[in-house]
Amino acid sequence: MTGHRVTRSDRQSTAGLAVSAVLLVVLFLLPWWDSDGSLRVPLVAILYYLALAQMWNLLAGFAGLVSIGQQMFVGIGVYTLLSFAEDFGVDPYLSVLLAGLVAAILSLPVAAFAFRLRGGYFAIGTWVIAEVFRLIALESDFLGGANVRTLTRESLGGYSLDTRNTVTYLMALGLAAGATAIVVLVLRSRLGLALRSIRDNQEGARGLGVSVGRAKLAVWVISAFWTGMTGAVILLHNPSTRAESAFSVLRWTALVVFIAIIGGVGSTTGPIVGVAIYWFVREFLEDAEEWRFIILGLIAAAMAIMAPRGVYGLLQKRWPVQFFPVRRRLVGPGVGGPAPGGPAQPVADAGHPPV
Amino acid sequence: MTLLEVRGLDAGYGDFQALFGIDVTVTEGETLAMIGANGAGKTTFLRVLAGQVPTRAGSIVFDGTDIAGVKAHRRVGLGIALVPEGRMLFGSLTVRENLIIGAHAGRPGRWDLEAVLDVFPLIRPLLERPSHVLSGGEQQAVAIGRALMSNPRLILLDEVSLGLAPVVVKSLYQALPALSEGGATVLLVEQDIGQALEVASRLVCLLEGRVSLEGKPAEVPRSDITAAYFGLPAGSGSEASS
Amino acid sequence: MEWLNAIVQGIMLGGLFALFATGLSLAFGVMRFVNLAHGDLAILGAFVAVSVTSALGLNPFVSLVIVVPVMLATGYALQLGAFNFTISADPLPSILVTFGLGIVIQNVLLETYSADSRGLDVGSIEIESIRITDAIAIGWIPLITLIVAVAVLGALQLMLSRTPLGRAFRAVSDDPPTARLMGINDRNLYAVAMGIAFATVAVAGVFLGIRQSFGPLDGPAQLLYAFEAVVIGGLGSVWGTLVGGLLLGVAHTVGGQFEVAYGYGSGPLVGHLVFLVVLATKPSGLLGRRAE
Ligand SMILES: Nc1ncnc2c1ncn2[C@@H]1O[C@H](COP(=O)(O)OP(=O)(O)OP(=O)(O)O)[C@@H](O)[C@H]1O
Ligand SMILES: [Mg+2]
Repeated sequence: MTGHRVTRSDRQSTAGLAVSAVLLVVLFLLPWWDSDGSLRVPLVAILYYLALAQMWNLLAGFAGLVSIGQQMFVGIGVYTLLSFAEDFGVDPYLSVLLAGLVAAILSLPVAAFAFRLRGGYFAIGTWVIAEVFRLIALESDFLGGANVRTLTRESLGGYSLDTRNTVTYLMALGLAAGATAIVVLVLRSRLGLALRSIRDNQEGARGLGVSVGRAKLAVWVISAFWTGMTGAVILLHNPSTRAESAFSVLRWTALVVFIAIIGGVGSTTGPIVGVAIYWFVREFLEDAEEWRFIILGLIAAAMAIMAPRGVYGLLQKRWPVQFFPVRRRLVGPGVGGPAPGGPAQPVADAGHPPV
Repeated sequence: MTLLEVRGLDAGYGDFQALFGIDVTVTEGETLAMIGANGAGKTTFLRVLAGQVPTRAGSIVFDGTDIAGVKAHRRVGLGIALVPEGRMLFGSLTVRENLIIGAHAGRPGRWDLEAVLDVFPLIRPLLERPSHVLSGGEQQAVAIGRALMSNPRLILLDEVSLGLAPVVVKSLYQALPALSEGGATVLLVEQDIGQALEVASRLVCLLEGRVSLEGKPAEVPRSDITAAYFGLPAGSGSEASS
Repeated sequence: MEWLNAIVQGIMLGGLFALFATGLSLAFGVMRFVNLAHGDLAILGAFVAVSVTSALGLNPFVSLVIVVPVMLATGYALQLGAFNFTISADPLPSILVTFGLGIVIQNVLLETYSADSRGLDVGSIEIESIRITDAIAIGWIPLITLIVAVAVLGALQLMLSRTPLGRAFRAVSDDPPTARLMGINDRNLYAVAMGIAFATVAVAGVFLGIRQSFGPLDGPAQLLYAFEAVVIGGLGSVWGTLVGGLLLGVAHTVGGQFEVAYGYGSGPLVGHLVFLVVLATKPSGLLGRRAE
């Protein structure tokens, strides 16, 4: 076995990392040259949609947890930020972190119920629980009931408008990049190995000592945390809300699902492609929200049947490039290391028994 | 008359190829036994004939037409019935319903519920029970009866004796002549060589997905069968079996 | 007395929920298929009835003669043309296709019929009722709905247990590959099941439209109630679906009574909570045979 090693990277994914690093730096520096915010402001929505899509992708594409209840974590994030910043006077940017924590904590009892259901029934079950949260928000006098609630000037502290816009933008960028990094890191960790063995063979994974429940729960809580923080940043960007929009299944799950599916679930790059396509469609159908949903819904449904790996999957079939190094490959003489341009044979997790 | 002619058949699952260039001919009215070690490809062969596993190459000519591309649910109507490995009764149907559903394709013929019960009288008192409470032998009888209900011209039996006590196996095999008299040609898979030789008019042995021997039981020396079964050089079988 | 009345009205409402749940339960029982557009299809059926009644001047009850076959054919075709391609061990494709379809239906309805609420007018019977006591009266429409629900579920149960079609459904539900060995065309059978599911959900949609006003976005709520009725009753049990629907109906009206009496609570919230309690304490449902 001399000369073999297990590696996760090759020339292409190194190039991929380099490209994304450059992109990230450009986006990071954007506030300093886009002084009027004409680029930044629309970008925020794209960025938080990317964060949401990556988190849904992590659940549905890698852990088999097809959630239609992501709006509950967005809504929890929104209302946590409102309560902490408005009612308790906590710094709004610190409250973003707290929003994530509250969502993560609440995701535990949610899992206790939802994890009793499988497949399609899990999907509807999460939807029901999201409805429960929405109805509780509507009932609660403390949270403002059915009224519109606004994050006021006072609770935003002494920050100037320009600073606020810049910070919101940078937070959205951090959430989007962070969500992508989380998916990459999770997949490269032991948790990723456990998830992959579960996806390939649930019974077999159990036999190997993988705790199916614990691996799924870990991913569930991570996704809730990040989605909750994203919800809080959504409120910073758009400071008026009501229960109907904070817990909107159309905005925070349907659109997110369409983005992920069209781009490609089960890969880290897919949602990025999806969000780019979404931007494009939105530019074209700016004032026709219904048509946007009709077109994206039809494309997503057709994709789910004909191209389950999405646009990125189709691109990859033609140009087999792996952008982020998440798969381990066995490289060495006789294994046929990744030839430039040719499809590299992924040797699934060689030599690493899932734990 | 030739009922079934298989030529150059390849089949497998995903990347794995289980059958390589199988040639087998079945003549109407005979009882052909297929033997072979675990994993030799016997079940796969029967499942290809029944349409449950696709044909990758070669032809399957049944009664003069190539059926390699015909879907599984249409083959019953042509007269091919499979008694699958593991019996596979429908657990939420009663024994009676399991038998009746065998006639779903509606092929005319002499087999009906009464005729099946005459061949397997042990089923009669069990008709209204849910099939999952039956013993292994009873299940096997129902599974064969269910296949007969479709009035097959070719009945494929996969390891009838699997996991059953010798007396039970014996009583099931005693029903075989009735199947032939009823107009069905029998192709049976069996691991128990002795049992197979007793009932078969002809023998085919599979070895790692290839036919390793073919002939009439009376004409093939036992040592050749053992050699073909275990993949030893011809003539060395007697040493291996001792 | 108000509380007793709430329970009586809840049982009537439960008939509607059971009617909604029937198709969901059938599709899951036969092919483990979960249709997330189920509620939107009911609303679609109700809107088709709106068009049919206004175009032909028919009574909404009579419009069922047109709506039901149209929806049955749609279900059959959709299963053969699309849903069948998503049936696999992986539930993701079927969830995505039906979820996408539901969103598309909602938005197409918004585009064609606008966001306004509609109703189906069946005439004076709508306000007529049977008086039991001074405080309790049973409306004819809710009563007819309950009777129709019981009849539909009863017919379904008879079909499944007594007819060759029902036998084939049960065989396919047990083991599709072996069912094919019997000459059963499972894909076609799935289409038949989906046709029946669409037909029953169309009936439910029309009864919903007769009972109350509805809009293009009301589908998801109906999906959730139908799902809850199925899970409360127990997967794979036809009568369980009825029991689940009735219990959920009572939860809704009692929840509504809470709101009237104390100013807090609402029907849907109490309904969801009852569902969660059943899920936590008896995940296989009240009459369920198997846990899923
Ligand atoms: N569904 C399947 N997927 C992948 N490989 C399979 C499948 N079924 C069978 N095989 C493989 O095909 C080969 C032939 O199997 P088959 O079941 O036909 O053997 P057999 O002769 O019937 O064995 P036995 O006597 O044990 O029943 C085996 O190597 C087996 O592992
Ligand atoms: Mg076998």
